[in-house]
Amino acid sequence: MPNSSIPTSAELIQSGFVRRRKWIARGMKTFLFLCAALSVFVTTAIVFVLVRDSWDFFANVPLFDFLFGTMWTPVFANPQFGVLPLLAATLQTAGLAMAIAVPFGLIMAIYLSEYARPAVRETIKPALEMLEAVPTVVYGYFALLVMTPFLQGFVPGLKGINLLVPGIILGIMILPYVVSVSEDAMRAVPNSLREGGYGLGMAKWQVATRIVIPGAFSGITAAFILGMSRAVGETMVLAVAAGQNPNLTWDPREGAATITAYIVQMSLGDVAHGSIAYQSIFAVGLLLFVITLLFNIIGFYLRRRFREAY
Amino acid sequence: MTDTTMTIDKTKTDTQPAAPTKAEPDMPPAIKPAAERDPLRARIENFSFYYSNGFQAIKQVDMPILDRKITAIIGPSGCGKSTLLRSLNRMHDLYPGNRYEGKVILEPEGENLIGPEADPVLVRLRVGMVFQKPNPFPKSIYENVAAGLRVRGIKKRAVIDEAVETALRRAAIWDEVKDKLHGSAYDLSGGQQQRLCIARGLAPNPEILLLDEPTSALDPIATAKVEDLVQELSETVTIVIVTHNMQQAARISHRTAFMYLGEAIEFGDTNQIFTNPKHPRTESYITGRYG
Amino acid sequence: MSTTTQGALSAATTNQTAFDAVRKAKQKDILFATGGLVVMALAMTLLLALIGDLVIRGATRIDYGFLTSYPSRLPERAGILSAWVGSLLVMLVTAFLAIPIGIGAGLYLEEYARKGWLSNFIEINVSNLAGVPSIIYGLLALGLFVYGFSLGKTILVAGMTLALLILPIVIVSIREAVRAIPRIIKEGAYGLGADQWQVMWSYIIPAARPGILTGAIVGLSRAIGETAPIITIGALTFIAFLPPAPVTGEFPFISFAWLNDGFTVLPIQMFNWVSRPQAEFHVAAAATGVVLIALTFSLNGIAIWIRYRLRQGYRN
Repeated sequence: MPNSSIPTSAELIQSGFVRRRKWIARGMKTFLFLCAALSVFVTTAIVFVLVRDSWDFFANVPLFDFLFGTMWTPVFANPQFGVLPLLAATLQTAGLAMAIAVPFGLIMAIYLSEYARPAVRETIKPALEMLEAVPTVVYGYFALLVMTPFLQGFVPGLKGINLLVPGIILGIMILPYVVSVSEDAMRAVPNSLREGGYGLGMAKWQVATRIVIPGAFSGITAAFILGMSRAVGETMVLAVAAGQNPNLTWDPREGAATITAYIVQMSLGDVAHGSIAYQSIFAVGLLLFVITLLFNIIGFYLRRRFREAY
Repeated sequence: MTDTTMTIDKTKTDTQPAAPTKAEPDMPPAIKPAAERDPLRARIENFSFYYSNGFQAIKQVDMPILDRKITAIIGPSGCGKSTLLRSLNRMHDLYPGNRYEGKVILEPEGENLIGPEADPVLVRLRVGMVFQKPNPFPKSIYENVAAGLRVRGIKKRAVIDEAVETALRRAAIWDEVKDKLHGSAYDLSGGQQQRLCIARGLAPNPEILLLDEPTSALDPIATAKVEDLVQELSETVTIVIVTHNMQQAARISHRTAFMYLGEAIEFGDTNQIFTNPKHPRTESYITGRYG
Repeated sequence: MSTTTQGALSAATTNQTAFDAVRKAKQKDILFATGGLVVMALAMTLLLALIGDLVIRGATRIDYGFLTSYPSRLPERAGILSAWVGSLLVMLVTAFLAIPIGIGAGLYLEEYARKGWLSNFIEINVSNLAGVPSIIYGLLALGLFVYGFSLGKTILVAGMTLALLILPIVIVSIREAVRAIPRIIKEGAYGLGADQWQVMWSYIIPAARPGILTGAIVGLSRAIGETAPIITIGALTFIAFLPPAPVTGEFPFISFAWLNDGFTVLPIQMFNWVSRPQAEFHVAAAATGVVLIALTFSLNGIAIWIRYRLRQGYRN
C-alpha cells in the first residue's frame, strides 16, 4: 500500500520545498554559466592586458620600426625595438621543429592508424602521452647539457648556445601532439573508403597514401598548424638553450633569443613597472598571441571540418 | 462496453481472421469515451507533438486514462506510442525545440500537464516512468529505490527504510534483494533490474506510472514476472504501458489504444480491441498484417 | 571466338603484371611498417636515453639533505626544500580553483547550454585558450593580478595563473566524461522528478568522477612542470625560507597568510641551476629534473590507469 509519510506534490509545493529547490537550481545554473563564461573573460583579459601595455609602447615606437627593424636593444642607452631578430629566431626554431615533427609525425600516425595492431597502439599511445608530460624545463636541460655537447662532435661550428638543438628538441616535444591529432583524423576516415581501396586491389601503403591521407587531409593539416603554434609559443627550451641575446642570424648553429626567451629574460631582471622595457614584453607578447591565435583558429576550423566530414 | 464479450480465448487473438469490412481509411471512427463507470485519472485532449525538426509525431490524439486501470498503447514501430507516453511526464522537455499542443488534463484537479504554466519537474514528481531498458543508477539497490525520495528532500532514515521496503515488496522483488540491499544494482539480472526500476518508480507514490516497453529487453521468464507485477500494481496505481507486443497488451491491460502514424486510430476495452476491432487498420495490425 | 582468345591472353599478361605489382606492393608495405616502427623506436630510444642520462647524473644527488635544504650558493649544500613546498602550495591553490570551475564550465557546456551562437562562441574560446602559449598567461597574470589587482608576486597569484592555464584541459576532460554518461541514466533521474541541479549533483557528477579525476590529474601534472608563466609573474629563484604554515596553534587554527607569501617552485629552481656555469649546479638541476619527471610521470600514470579501468568498466 502507498506510504502516507511520503509527501505528495501538493504537500511539497505547500511546504515551500519546490520553491526552494527552484531557487537552488536557478542559482546553480547561474554559477555554472559564470564558470563557462570565465573562459571568455580570460580571453578578453588577455587581449586587454596585452593591448593596454603595448599601447604605451607603440606610442613611443612606431609600428613600422617595430615590425621591420633589425636591431633589438631594449636596455641600451639608445634603445632600438626592431622585432625581426626575435621573430627570425622564433621562426627558425619552429621551422626546425616542424622539419622533425612533420615527416616523423606523419609516419608514426600512419603506422598507428593503419598498421599497428590494437595492442601495440594501446601501448604506444600512453607512452606518447608520457612524453607530452615531461616538463619543458627538463627538455631545456636536455638541449643545453646533453644534446648540444653531443652534437658538437658532429656539427662543426655548433656553438654551446644555438638554435639547431632547441629546434630539434622542440620537434620531439610537439611530436606526440602532432601524432595524436593526425592519427585521430586518419581514424575518422570511414572504413568503407578503405575497403573501396582494398576492393580495387590496393596494398596497405597505397590505401594509406591515396585514400587515408587525402581523406584526413584537413585534420592532418590542423595537426601541423597546431603543432607549429605550440612550437612558436614554447618558452623554456629556448630560454635555456637558445640564448638570450637578440641576434639576427640565419645560421642555426648560432644562438639567438626568441620572442619567448626575451620575455623570460626581461622577467628575470628587475624591470621597472611602466618603463618602456616593461612595455616591450607586452608588445612582443601581443605579437606572439596574434601569431598563435591565427594558427589556432585555422587549426580549429580544419579540425572541425574533418569531424563534420565523416 | 456493451458490445464486448466478457472473456476471450487469448490464444485466439493471433488467428483472428481478418474480416474484410469496407474500409474507411481516412475517417477513423470517433474514439469511444471512457466507460462511465470507471473514474478518470487523466484526459488527453486534441494532443499533438512536434519534434524540434518540425516532424509531427503525434496528431490530435484524444484518449482517456482510467484511474487504477492499465491502459496499453500498441501500434507498429514509429507510430508515436513511446512519444505519446514520454509526453505525459514531459520527458521531451529535456531536449530543446520540442513542442506540445492541446491538453493533458490530470484529474480530479483538472490541471493541464503540458500547459505553459506547468513545471515539467513538478509533472515528473506526479507522473513516474519506467524505461525500455532497465536503467538502474550506478548505486546500491537501496539507494536506487530511495532516489525518488531523496529528490523530494526526504532525509529521515526511518521513513526511507520503510518506503524502500514497501516499494520493493510492491515490485515483488523484496525477497530476492532483502539480503543485499547495499550491494550494487548492477549485480542483479536484467529482469530483476527492471523490477528494481519499477520499485524505484513506485517508491515516491506517483499518481500515474508510465511503462515504456518495460519488457522489451527481458527474457520470457522475466517478462512474465514483470507482467504479473504490473497487473497486481493496477489495483493501487494508474498505469499506462506502451508495448510492441500485442499479446502482452491483451494479457494485462484493461484498455487498449491503437496508434498508427501518430494518430490514435482506436481506443476501447482491451477485449473489444482484440476480438472485435472497429477500424480496419486496427484489425490488420492485430491480425499481424503489418507491424 | 577470336575476341575470347585475345581476352584470355591479355588476362594472362595482366595476371603476370598484377602479380608483380602485388609483390612490389607487399615489399613496400613491409618497408612502410618497418619505417613506422623504426621512427617510433628512434624517438622512444632518444627520449629514454635522455631521461636515463638525467637519472644517472641526478639520482645520486637526491638524498634527505637535498629534500630538506634551502638553495645555497654552495652547490653541494643546495637543496629543494623551498621549491617543493612552494610547488605543493601553488598546486593546492590551482586544484582548489581549477577543479570546481572546470566542473562547472564542463557541466554548463555539456548539459545546460543550448546549441547557439553563445555556446559555440564559448566553445571556440575554450579550444583557443588551450592553444595560447603558457607565457601569455604569465603576461596576463603580471598585468592583471600582480599590478592590476596589486596582489603581488605571491603563491595565490601563481596558483590562480596556473588554474587559468589548465582550465581548458580540465574542461575538455570533464565534458568527455559527462558525454559518456548514458542518456537513459539521466532520463531515469529526471523521470523521478529531479530538477536539473539535482540530476547534476546526485547523478552526473558522481558518474563522471573518474573522468573528472583524470582531467584534474593531467591538468595538475601539466601545472607542476610549468615554468614560463611563473617566471613572468616574478617568482624568486633564491628563497631560503618557508611560507607561514597553514595550520597554527591558536584559534582559528587555519591561517591563509601563506597565500600572500613569496615562493619558488621546482621547475624554476631547476631553470636557475641549469643556467649557472658550475657543473655541480647542473647535477643539482638533474636531480630536480628527476624529481619533476617522477612527479609528472606518476601523476600521468595514475590518470592513464584510471582511464584504462574506466574503459574496462564500460565494457561490462
